[in-house]
Amino acid sequence: MAVLNKPPVTGAGVFNGALTWVDQRFPLVALWKSQLAEYYAPKNFNFWYYFGSLALLVLVIQITSGIFLTMNYKPSAQDAFASVEYIMRDVPGGWFMRYVHSTGASFFFICVYLHMARGLMYGSYRKPRELIWIFGVMIYLALMAEAFFGYLLPWGQMSYWGAQVIINLFGTIPLIGEPLAVWIRGDYNVSDATLNRFFALHVIALPLVLLGLVAAHLMALHEVGSNNPDGVEIYKDIDPKSGHPRDGIPFHPYYTVKDLFGVAVFLIVFTVVVFFSPEMGGYFLEYNNFIPADPLKTPEHIAPVWYFTPFYAMLRAVPPLFGSQFPGVAVMGIATLILFALPWLDRGKVKSIRYRGPKFRVWFALFIVSFLILGYLGVEPTTVWGEFGKGLPIVGGDYVALWAARVLTVVYFLFFLLMPWFTAHDREKAEPQRVTW
Amino acid sequence: MKRLLALLLLAPALALASGAKIPLERAPINIHDRLSLQRGAQLFVNHCLNCHSASAMRYLRLTELGLTEAQIRSNLLFTADKVGEAMVAPMDPAVAKAAFGVVPPDLSLVGRSRGADWLYTYMRSFYRDPATKSGWNNVVFPNVAMPHVLWESQGEQHLQVTERQDSTTGDVKRTQRLVLDQPGKVRPAEYDQQVADLVNFLAYMGEPAQAARKMWGFLALFVLAGFLVLALMLKIEYWKDVK
Repeated sequence: MAVLNKPPVTGAGVFNGALTWVDQRFPLVALWKSQLAEYYAPKNFNFWYYFGSLALLVLVIQITSGIFLTMNYKPSAQDAFASVEYIMRDVPGGWFMRYVHSTGASFFFICVYLHMARGLMYGSYRKPRELIWIFGVMIYLALMAEAFFGYLLPWGQMSYWGAQVIINLFGTIPLIGEPLAVWIRGDYNVSDATLNRFFALHVIALPLVLLGLVAAHLMALHEVGSNNPDGVEIYKDIDPKSGHPRDGIPFHPYYTVKDLFGVAVFLIVFTVVVFFSPEMGGYFLEYNNFIPADPLKTPEHIAPVWYFTPFYAMLRAVPPLFGSQFPGVAVMGIATLILFALPWLDRGKVKSIRYRGPKFRVWFALFIVSFLILGYLGVEPTTVWGEFGKGLPIVGGDYVALWAARVLTVVYFLFFLLMPWFTAHDREKAEPQRVTW
Repeated sequence: MKRLLALLLLAPALALASGAKIPLERAPINIHDRLSLQRGAQLFVNHCLNCHSASAMRYLRLTELGLTEAQIRSNLLFTADKVGEAMVAPMDPAVAKAAFGVVPPDLSLVGRSRGADWLYTYMRSFYRDPATKSGWNNVVFPNVAMPHVLWESQGEQHLQVTERQDSTTGDVKRTQRLVLDQPGKVRPAEYDQQVADLVNFLAYMGEPAQAARKMWGFLALFVLAGFLVLALMLKIEYWKDVK
């Protein structure tokens, strides 16, 4: 039926015929219009709005480079380490794919962290965008799992002992912990069985979950429309003549060309790392991971990759209770899960930091600074800032960095727990009627 | 397992408390110096490869250093029959374990895991120590199982420890330095050069693609710079309409 009613596609030159054929059997034009050519986005996007599309680009880069790596990687405790070196040395272009993938992992987190910071600054998680935020946090958690599983695969010392530590975290959960850890590992130690299942999860399960969540994230976004640096809803002000928001512009071509510029800048930075500094001073590829996994030899200093370190610092900061590390593990878990509650903790009238009052600004600054310093402390051994003098009360003789991490962990949580208070009683400025441009 | 976790969380503190860090000397190496790499390969094959493998490294790869296949076959190919084979030590790991207490580690990636500066300092820091099984000890790697393989070249050093009491605080300050007792076959400066050549080769072997990687990097940046200009012009052109 539809075959007869739909008008033919125009404007695609020699492809008009073929596209008409497809459009009469598939909602090609409708999708193109609703998602790109007639999806109206606020015209005042700034620097921070590049990182959503860049995160999507990195996802594509990771899947593509991952496919090529999978062709030569051997997921077995016996061969894994050597097969990575085989890729680095004997597979034509192998070192390139490997460095793209390892650099991409770090850049994925850089993009996602900046993207999340943008959401926090401009209130992009506020009504009606709660589900976009929730899907986003789920993407973040899935990404952490994906990174963790992937990090075991090269089967170096840090791969092995990092996995050992993180799986043992689950082991600290009262009652079910130990059987749970064995269930995750498939063995009493991290072993060939663990490597095999992590490989399956890394190359199939988590990528599928990520793709599904990204689709849901974008569908929810396109349902309610994009927020902007002013936090003003552009759909409140529709031009009666065109029927489109006055402050909106079609995503295509305006934001496709703008994002293309962002892609060019991003690729240049990415290329500099891949070709000139793939180890990034030991932060992207840890030096100890060039030593094959040895279950009998614990490395002196086990540090997770930089993107996990804020939470690792929290874990170390919480003192054990009755000899169990579980309180630290719980704090670390809650620190990530609390992000889900954000849309309901914020009671401010305005969305954007531009019109927020001083209380929010101060707390937001404290939160960002705590997160960054925790990230730094998680990379370093706890001895990094020395010890307090023996004579001091409470802290005497303890590591300075340990107490710093404790204070910063408290600040991190207070940002969320006090948010209903400081957002409701803040001297906010009035939002403008239309976006500033 | 719980105890292990606690141990791991405390491990960094313990590790730093137990041993003072030895300052490393900067290795004077140049990955583009082919003659140095060739000399380093020669030293590696003659001295290291007896016990240590470099199983990720094929002999054939040495053609990258400007050697011909025939040169490799006649001068360097002692532990394999074909140039396409990997550098595997002739020593049986079980025999090595019995002799040294540990299996000598594979050195394919030691340039990356330890770093050139560590290797350079390590190879120059052996000293005579009758207390150890091999009769040798090392400042950088205390109680290392490996004997000083290049001792004939360097000669024999001993560790001179001087303790001095600070007159005001009463703290005892320990200073140590290595003293050359018996000169080796070459002068110290020449020995340092030999070690630098060897470390240069190890650094190269850690990542043979590193020279090519940088070359491709410049090409990629050149292409991307063009893309950047086009993308920027496109953006400016389209955004002229946005008012």
